[in-house]
Amino acid sequence: MDNKDHHIVPYKTYIIILSTLVVLTLISVAVTSIELGALTVTIALVLASLKSVLVLIYFMHLKFDQKIFAIMVTGIILLIIIVIVITFLDYFFR
Amino acid sequence: MAQHIAHPHRDDLASKIGMWLFIFTEMLLFAGLFLVYSVYRYRNPQAFHLAAEELDTFIGTVNTIILLISSMTAAMSITAIQRGHKKQTLIFLGITLFLACVFLVNKYFEWGAKFSHGLYPGSEYLAELGHGDVLFFGLYFFMTGLHALHIVVGLVILAVIFFRVRNENVHQTNYVLLENGALYWHLVDLIWIFLFPLFYLVT
Repeated sequence: MDNKDHHIVPYKTYIIILSTLVVLTLISVAVTSIELGALTVTIALVLASLKSVLVLIYFMHLKFDQKIFAIMVTGIILLIIIVIVITFLDYFFR
Repeated sequence: MAQHIAHPHRDDLASKIGMWLFIFTEMLLFAGLFLVYSVYRYRNPQAFHLAAEELDTFIGTVNTIILLISSMTAAMSITAIQRGHKKQTLIFLGITLFLACVFLVNKYFEWGAKFSHGLYPGSEYLAELGHGDVLFFGLYFFMTGLHALHIVVGLVILAVIFFRVRNENVHQTNYVLLENGALYWHLVDLIWIFLFPLFYLVT
């Protein structure tokens, strides 16, 4: 069955991840307050994606759990990206 | 037949896979809403731009940081229970529950301010502002409202787990319930990570 020795994540790791997340949040607030046009959306979304990857890998234990979870999550994220891309392709080139 | 010890069937891996499958349906639900938002934003850039400036970036930022911290304490409660520290687990869960309440209180004041300005779904003032604003605030109230509903549900789930940890129903060798509860809480955090820039930052 499942591997008995569960990896115990030290508190320090979580504190480092939280600090990174807060810094990324503040960066996105600072950057989007400057008018950069279309670039603003891109930067905001890239930073949000970066933050969500950190949450998935460390807080949601994808790095420490069995590989099956990481594979499933990657699949779903790809599905979501495909749905979004196809919708927009349809929207732009109709 | 020497073995007569009762072994209740337990499969932590399956239980966690079930939780993740549920999380996937939630991700798809919100992805659909983000798609609706993006298309409407593309069609009404000016109205969405002006309407988004109505939102209070400061409260939004504070709430983001509150949720991030609560997510961390939820994750830390798992470390605590794996080490067999019941008291620390309860403290971390308590902090998470407290921060969830703070988030909801902030949301109450934020929505209250919008309402007092006449900005709520179906208001006459909003209708006068035009189609784009109706769409923006409709999506704003629906998506942040649905998210707040998830906060309330997460609050209930984590409160139940809090008492189960206290009663020793959830403990060092059987804590998959805590793991699943924390996963749900991280999902709520994950959704907010995208809601926040799309509504508050991209103006």
